[in-house]
Amino acid sequence: MIASRNEVLIGRVLLILALILTLIPLLNMLSAALQPADRNPTGMSWPTDPQWINFVTAFEVGNVWRLMGSSAFIVLCVVPVSLIIATLAGYALGGLRVRGNRVILIVFVLGLTIPFESLIIPLYYQAQALGTLNTQWAVIFPLIGLFMPFSVFWMRAHFVNVPRELSEAARVDGATLWQEFTRIQLPLAMPSVSALTILLFIWTWNQFLLPVVLIANPLDRTVAGALTFFQGQYYLSIPLLNAGALIIVLPAIAIFLIFQRQFIKALLQGAVKG
Amino acid sequence: MPAFAAYASFVIYPLATGIQYSFYDWNGIGASTWVGIDNYITVFTNQNLLGAIGNAFFLIAFFTVIPVGTGLVLATLIRSMRDGVFLRASQTILFLPQIIPLAAAGIAWSWMYAQTGAVNQILGWFGLGWLGRPWLADYDTALPAVGLIGSWVLTGLCTVLLLTGIGKIDTSLFEAIRLDGAGWWREFFTITLPGLRQEIAVLVTLTVIAALSTFDIIYTSTQGGPGRATLVPSLLIFRIGFTQSDVGLASAFGIVMMVLVLAVVLPVQRLARASDH
Repeated sequence: MIASRNEVLIGRVLLILALILTLIPLLNMLSAALQPADRNPTGMSWPTDPQWINFVTAFEVGNVWRLMGSSAFIVLCVVPVSLIIATLAGYALGGLRVRGNRVILIVFVLGLTIPFESLIIPLYYQAQALGTLNTQWAVIFPLIGLFMPFSVFWMRAHFVNVPRELSEAARVDGATLWQEFTRIQLPLAMPSVSALTILLFIWTWNQFLLPVVLIANPLDRTVAGALTFFQGQYYLSIPLLNAGALIIVLPAIAIFLIFQRQFIKALLQGAVKG
Repeated sequence: MPAFAAYASFVIYPLATGIQYSFYDWNGIGASTWVGIDNYITVFTNQNLLGAIGNAFFLIAFFTVIPVGTGLVLATLIRSMRDGVFLRASQTILFLPQIIPLAAAGIAWSWMYAQTGAVNQILGWFGLGWLGRPWLADYDTALPAVGLIGSWVLTGLCTVLLLTGIGKIDTSLFEAIRLDGAGWWREFFTITLPGLRQEIAVLVTLTVIAALSTFDIIYTSTQGGPGRATLVPSLLIFRIGFTQSDVGLASAFGIVMMVLVLAVVLPVQRLARASDH
């Protein structure tokens, strides 16, 4: 690789600058969260006497257990169901190439560009009609549907690239369609499935609009949706608000740090395919 | 096909009812009256609503132009760095804003932008204290300030994706043009940029959708204020539909928003595909 010394130097300086700019807001949250809760902090400074107790207070005042439980419930309903039906559909479209798969695919792809915000009004009245309004189901059902275009597209992209000889060989050996799918196709699809799992988890966990609109009680929302409740609750204490917000973003960051390689790879692949 | 059923019931069906609502005057509870395209006429003649659409397009500068531009410069400059701990750690850090909820980003930044917040403090360090102001409460700076939150969130994604894209370009191309005596600029325009067409198209699509449909950041940082300085379509849909209970108008606005997204995104996709050959 030929590159002049100056360029490498400028590149490094800019990269470090970008890293600092990226971290400042997060560090600022942390420094604010550690200030005495009864005073309004100014600017960014490391407190002389960090008040870690703020996290405990924020945890209790914010009913974080209940919130996390509610979020976990929503995630546990949305993610597995989405995975199962998207994998089956992806196989039907990409592997079996059922009749009409092109048309179905185009209908799904168009769905990729519909902003959630455009559908929120009808979704509200639909939830009212179904009687799910103000329960977690009001968020769970639509999210499964809304994530479906991406998920199906993602799984199809995997199955399209599996050589056809593989399933033919399995058929010759006498496997039924279902056996072939569960014993041969599914194990091969695991990397794609796990990448999709991480994406769906983060998207559900961070979902804001749907819970805010469809669930009146903030404690039944996803954690991200509950942030507005935190804002109201800690209106007078910026340190507690920041502590609460940090507690809420922590699980997503933890998942990201653990799976970051798969995650970045997944997001990049998905982006380029999509 | 369960996948199609889920998609049909929670995307296509709401879309259809949304279109239906958009032709009615309905408060969400009582009887509805057919008003034809009146709601659409309102969308395109009401100053408030047009202003919100204008704001959304203004945000494209911050959600798309800055992140993709910065990403391109950063990616081309750091591509020659060896793959080591530092580079991998930088990728992780640049990606972090992508992971945290946008609502949390809104909260973190609104406190940074406050009169006594970190932004003014840092300006002070550089002797620029006279610039200081409550950024989100100032009519002139609120919208760009909100836009910069978007830049913060999206720049890392753009950089990492473009870096991966550059990795796929044949390295001998870079070496050949350097041997020809080309500098950074010529290399950038003759090899890097054409090689990244696809990635750029993807990023522009993603970030334009993000710019036109921002909700979380605005909701937690400014609520559309001061005045109507940061009002955007998604927030208006929310207000018109649920606070003012004018379901027809809100639905029409939702449909218009979707059409706007498509109108911007489809040509980008077509351009990317056409130039592939």
